[in-house]
Amino acid sequence: MTHTTQGIPFTFKDCSLSAIATGRTAQNLRELRDHLQSVEEGSVYYHFWGGRLRPQFDDPEFNNDFAAWCKHSLRDDVIAERLSVIDPMHFPSLDALRNEVIDMIEERLSERELIPWTVNQDQFSFIRSQIVVFETPRQISVAEELAAVIPQISTSSVYYHFIDARRRTDDGRDDFSNWLNGLEGDFSSVIADLADVDPYFVTLSDLRNQLAKVFSGHFSDTSSAGRV
Amino acid sequence: MLSIDSYAAITGNDVIEKLRQIAKPLQGMKVVHVNSTRIGGGVAEILHKMVPLMNDLGLDTHWEVLQGNAEFYQCTKGFHNAIQGNPVHLPESLLKAYEQTNAENAEMLRPALEDADIVIIHDPQPAPLLKHFPDRKGKWIWRCHIDASRPYRPVWKYLRSFLTDYDASIWSLSDFAQPLPHPQYLIPPSIDPLSDKNVDLEMKEIRETRERFELDPERPLITQISRFDRFKDPVGVVQAYRLAKRFTHGLQLVLAGGGATDDPEGDAVLNEVYEAAASDPDVHILLLPADAHRTINALQRMSDIVLQKSTKEGFGLTVTEALWKGRPVIGGNTGGIRLQVINHHTGFLVSTPEGAALRTRYLLNHRDLMEDMGSKARQYVRDNFLLTRHIAEYFNLMVLLSDGHADRVEL
Repeated sequence: MTHTTQGIPFTFKDCSLSAIATGRTAQNLRELRDHLQSVEEGSVYYHFWGGRLRPQFDDPEFNNDFAAWCKHSLRDDVIAERLSVIDPMHFPSLDALRNEVIDMIEERLSERELIPWTVNQDQFSFIRSQIVVFETPRQISVAEELAAVIPQISTSSVYYHFIDARRRTDDGRDDFSNWLNGLEGDFSSVIADLADVDPYFVTLSDLRNQLAKVFSGHFSDTSSAGRV
Repeated sequence: MLSIDSYAAITGNDVIEKLRQIAKPLQGMKVVHVNSTRIGGGVAEILHKMVPLMNDLGLDTHWEVLQGNAEFYQCTKGFHNAIQGNPVHLPESLLKAYEQTNAENAEMLRPALEDADIVIIHDPQPAPLLKHFPDRKGKWIWRCHIDASRPYRPVWKYLRSFLTDYDASIWSLSDFAQPLPHPQYLIPPSIDPLSDKNVDLEMKEIRETRERFELDPERPLITQISRFDRFKDPVGVVQAYRLAKRFTHGLQLVLAGGGATDDPEGDAVLNEVYEAAASDPDVHILLLPADAHRTINALQRMSDIVLQKSTKEGFGLTVTEALWKGRPVIGGNTGGIRLQVINHHTGFLVSTPEGAALRTRYLLNHRDLMEDMGSKARQYVRDNFLLTRHIAEYFNLMVLLSDGHADRVEL
């Protein structure tokens, strides 16, 4: 069902994430599975999405921390590659996502004679997160304004509306697509282009640039940059 | 004093705008930081810059410093070494001095701390203060700046008893966090890009500094900036220099640092370094005053490579400083250095003097790679380790502590 958003301005929100140590660590693949069975949902969220707002270098090679750890610390390319194809958007809940990761690890454990392990200082530390979400003074009323506004918003605002939204919304889409979808007029080509933006393998700054490119490609430049 | 808006030119307006938004619900809140020295070391440096900026953002922020005697600092240096893993035996008399000093300081600080909304206690020195404030009004947070990944257990067990009643603790890395019965937030520290230590310098100033220390601009220079502390392994740096010099005969080394008022071991380590250097004219050991920020800035900028060959490191702000100046860093594979030095991208992680020598030779033979690493390094620091991000994370934590423990708080 399409909800109309006609006449409803798009209010830009922003978020700030705090990372919290859970005290759980894994030194081998079996321990990783065991902790995954009982770790807080917030930790699954963090290791798939939240980590994007934490210090990280350059372009992420994997879209989740579990795959990266299996590759770089356990040096098990097979499980790393399998875990890396998990698209978290395709799971209705964090629990379902957690179960998929556990299933893959169990399959790998059954294939291996020896359990892959790593040294003490490369253990996997389970982290969970808390997010503070707040409104910014920035609002737009017409779709065309997106082209001018997007380059000005913070990378965490990009994260909130384009990545975090997939977990918040019923249809797992980003906030921009949902808003455009409810407006009068045909924005299907913009929405299709947004769907083609893969948010997992670029930095948030690059993601902002990609979104800006999509919007500027569809909408002529406007002088207004949103009401502030 | 610089205002928060001065940082927009470096971070972008979006970052400053966001900081102001997070600060909104905290306006007027009384925040007090407590540590044990106003001069020397990374914590004091951060607080010198952070406190005025938090005030500029509308909070009522104060910084108090514990007053202690020689016995107190001897004890807390022992804690520092023990938390970083050294088996340290602390006699009862020193522990008594530690507790007594905290009891006396609690009375002096009572007017400042009793009614504060947020109290941030930095490191173990002032940790027992909390027990002297049973009627405290606000939330108390213990901030650990030390690599506590493998503490010496008997000392940690003693300290832990002072930490359990805190409302939260903050650690630089998840590897450091020790089990405590409260939320343990992970917040890396930061550098101030506009401070004398990090601001861009004119070539003239760099040249003058080079001349003052009689460094040859035509020959390669490697530098380690740090307190003279065994965990920073300055003797290992001299060994690495000697090994590398066999292949790069003109190599020069600068070991520069000052002391911290709460570090009683500095002189002994400095003597060990002099002995290791054995009057080599190309080893420049510089004991700098605490306010020699621009000198350090110039030394980092004139260096080809910066070393931080620590064997334990809470975070390593000197690494952050060097990366910010576009210098590749050869760092010890430990603590916060691991978060900053990305092998083949911003520098190299090493475990031995031999490893440091090898990477020094490698980089000096790949000048183009050094430039590429330098630009990646600066961008990495800009995105992750500047003071503005650090303050934002503190504000976030304050909001979360006021709003309960939900995974998501909508303001």
